[in-house]
Amino acid sequence: MPKLDLRGVVKQFGDHMVCNGIDLVVEEGQMVCLIGASGAGKSTLLRCINLLEPIEDGAIYLDGQDISVPGLNPQSVRARIGIVFQSFNLFPHMTALENVMLAPRRVRGQSRAQLLPEVKALFERFGLADRMNKYPDQLSGGQQQRVAIVRALAMKPEVMLFDEITSALDPQLVGEVLDVLLMLKGQGMTMVMATHEMGFARQAADKVCFLKDGRIVEEGPPQSIFETPTQDATQRFLARALK
Amino acid sequence: MPGPSTAGMTRRERYEAQQKRRSALIAATSTVTVVAALYFLVPLAPGWAKVQQSFFNGEVLIKTFPKLLDAFRINVMIFAWSAPAIAVLGLLIALARDAKSPALFPLRIFGAAFTDVFRGVPVILTVYLIGFGIPGLGLPRPWNSPYIWGSLALILTYSAYVAEIFRSGIDSVHHSQRAAALSLGLSERQVMRDVVLPQAIRNVVPSQMNMLIALQKDVSLLSFIGPVEIFRQAGVFKSLLANFTPYVGAAIIFLVVTIPATRYADHLMARQMRERR
Amino acid sequence: MSRMLSIAVASIALSSAAHAQGDCAAGKTLTDGKFTVATGNPAYYPWVLDDAPEKGEGFEAAVAFAVAEEMGFDASDVVWVRSSFDEAIQPGAKSFDVNIQQYSITPERDQVVDFSAPYYTAPMAVLVGANATGTEATLEALKGLQWGAVGSTTAVPKLAGVIQPDSDPLLYGDNADVNAAIIANQIDAALFDLPTALYLSAVVVEGSKVIGQFPADPDDNPDQFGMLLEEGNPLKTCIDAALASLSESGKLAAIEAKWLQDTTGVPLIR
Ligand SMILES: Nc1ncnc2c1ncn2[C@@H]1O[C@H](COP(=O)(O)OP(=O)(O)OP(=O)(O)O)[C@@H](O)[C@H]1O
Ligand SMILES: [Mg+2]
Repeated sequence: MPKLDLRGVVKQFGDHMVCNGIDLVVEEGQMVCLIGASGAGKSTLLRCINLLEPIEDGAIYLDGQDISVPGLNPQSVRARIGIVFQSFNLFPHMTALENVMLAPRRVRGQSRAQLLPEVKALFERFGLADRMNKYPDQLSGGQQQRVAIVRALAMKPEVMLFDEITSALDPQLVGEVLDVLLMLKGQGMTMVMATHEMGFARQAADKVCFLKDGRIVEEGPPQSIFETPTQDATQRFLARALK
Repeated sequence: MPGPSTAGMTRRERYEAQQKRRSALIAATSTVTVVAALYFLVPLAPGWAKVQQSFFNGEVLIKTFPKLLDAFRINVMIFAWSAPAIAVLGLLIALARDAKSPALFPLRIFGAAFTDVFRGVPVILTVYLIGFGIPGLGLPRPWNSPYIWGSLALILTYSAYVAEIFRSGIDSVHHSQRAAALSLGLSERQVMRDVVLPQAIRNVVPSQMNMLIALQKDVSLLSFIGPVEIFRQAGVFKSLLANFTPYVGAAIIFLVVTIPATRYADHLMARQMRERR
Repeated sequence: MSRMLSIAVASIALSSAAHAQGDCAAGKTLTDGKFTVATGNPAYYPWVLDDAPEKGEGFEAAVAFAVAEEMGFDASDVVWVRSSFDEAIQPGAKSFDVNIQQYSITPERDQVVDFSAPYYTAPMAVLVGANATGTEATLEALKGLQWGAVGSTTAVPKLAGVIQPDSDPLLYGDNADVNAAIIANQIDAALFDLPTALYLSAVVVEGSKVIGQFPADPDDNPDQFGMLLEEGNPLKTCIDAALASLSESGKLAAIEAKWLQDTTGVPLIR
């Protein structure tokens, strides 16, 4: 049974078909990269998986359970699927530590004292041990993005979604964040990421999906997508992206 | 010649320091000129002696000031218990208006009606209607006190305004903050309480400061239904002494409180503008 | 003929001073030998009882007859007519010699009509709400009440100086607000001039009562009532002389005591 299974997912904003029947299978421990031009629907698809956007048609299965049933309480699902955004979205009125502890405290009812050891360990693992008590505006972009990742991880999600988490960062900070993803992959985390980092996708992805106009035009292991794309659209996109 | 000067300042710093001295000099000169002109010219006006006698009468001021100060304690008292109530009620109304669950639809309607009504009616009318109207229903003392119902009128009116400010504050929190909080598995309520509200409230502190200043002045409207606060006390002195100086005295007392508060609100506002940029 | 008679009657009934008064009014009235007095339509208690001024009952009716008598008119020579309050204050020719219906003497009115010397100086009186009608008319009892007053009137210093209530009075902008506060039971009592207090208790504030009055006090800047005459009416000097003599002889005070204290049941406060 795949960890995550999307079947014919349709998402519309008014008349605008943003996801137009998307089928996607993500196996446990896989890293899937979504690539495609701006406006192709990558972010929207991730938001649908996290139930931040309701879908019009199709179904999304997590461990074989349909999580897209209308009326299902999204909270329990979201606690199992973490998402990290391009713009970090840290809570500016809380320190890094408070940002990270908020959800476990509120959703799982754990106390600060209970949480502190494991959260501290997370901060250390991501090289943020001395930044814990800083506010977001006292952190660099790369640090903020790593805090955002730690925040999502603190809920111990089974799947992590990443939406172009490096595109707001200076080039020298990008590596810092991508290293974190490799580390997670090493630990067997199931991940779906929308990215423009073709080099990273090629090196780290188990599967690459090329989206265009709300459809997955082509998918496969990175070698076949990047070296022998079969579709014209993919070729054109890669020609421009890899230039 | 480029390069650091003997004072250790860069060329730019020296230029800026010089500009600053120049502006300060110009500002000081023009201020002194204007003040001097007022000081010397106004007394030349033909009616000055009369105006001074009835508005700026030192003797009357000295005689009435302590009593005015005493009456101002009533203003402070009414303010002190109204302001927290306004903050709480205003916040509740704002939340009621943003309630999403259909079960809370009546609450939303109520919130909307509340803000429409109490923002639409002049404060003094509300003070009259509630201050005399509700006690007129036959409440026993002390429950019919004008202090209670007059304060309630202020609280209701100001809550309506304060609620709208809170709402604008809630709207000013970027929706991505909500999305981020929801994605972590927080409930709508938790998102509101832990993520949206703290930011919203911080964003509207300067605007709410201005409401507090307005409230401090509007407390005087309670004088219409009985309490002898500073405005009424000044009016009594005016009638008694046939002199307007007590009003000037009351104005001075108000200004001593409101000017620092206003400056502080402006300072907060300016700081917020800088942070936004 | 009738004038001859009135002089004859007067000479029997009155002193020689009154004789002179009779002469004073001669030829100055609207109708020779008659004294035409206007009052309100209707005229109210306690100024005129039963809206029947010709009976001479009620304070103003009694004052009018006393003045007439003082000027040498027979009671039967007093002719009563009615006029509206506002109409009479307008400039122009009048259908009466004097008009008596609680006209306060004000400088503005004095520009367009004439007033006699005051025949009444309104004292301060205590109006209490329904819950305090049992209060005695003593300073001691009044101290314990919750007081109210119009903030811009002399009632305020009167309260502070004479009554010295135990709890701070509440002050208002005008009479209507004081009434509202009495009705809402936020205050027990308020100070008004007596005519106002009587009016308020009779017509405006249900269940209220005027429980006492202070002696009239010039420091209170009181309302004074005068008879209204057409501007420049030569009768004014005669009326003034008559009022002066009534006041001197104590008759005016006796009329006031009878109709505004005994009849109204509003005793002097001790
Ligand atoms: N809330 C919304 N309402 C209406 N249209 C939306 C909304 N969110 C996204 N869209 C539209 O959906 C389309 C897909 O947007 P999406 O953000 O998913 O693209 P993307 O592939 O992530 O692009 P990028 O690489 O620029 O991030 C765009 O045309 C966008 O304008
Ligand atoms: Mg996107």
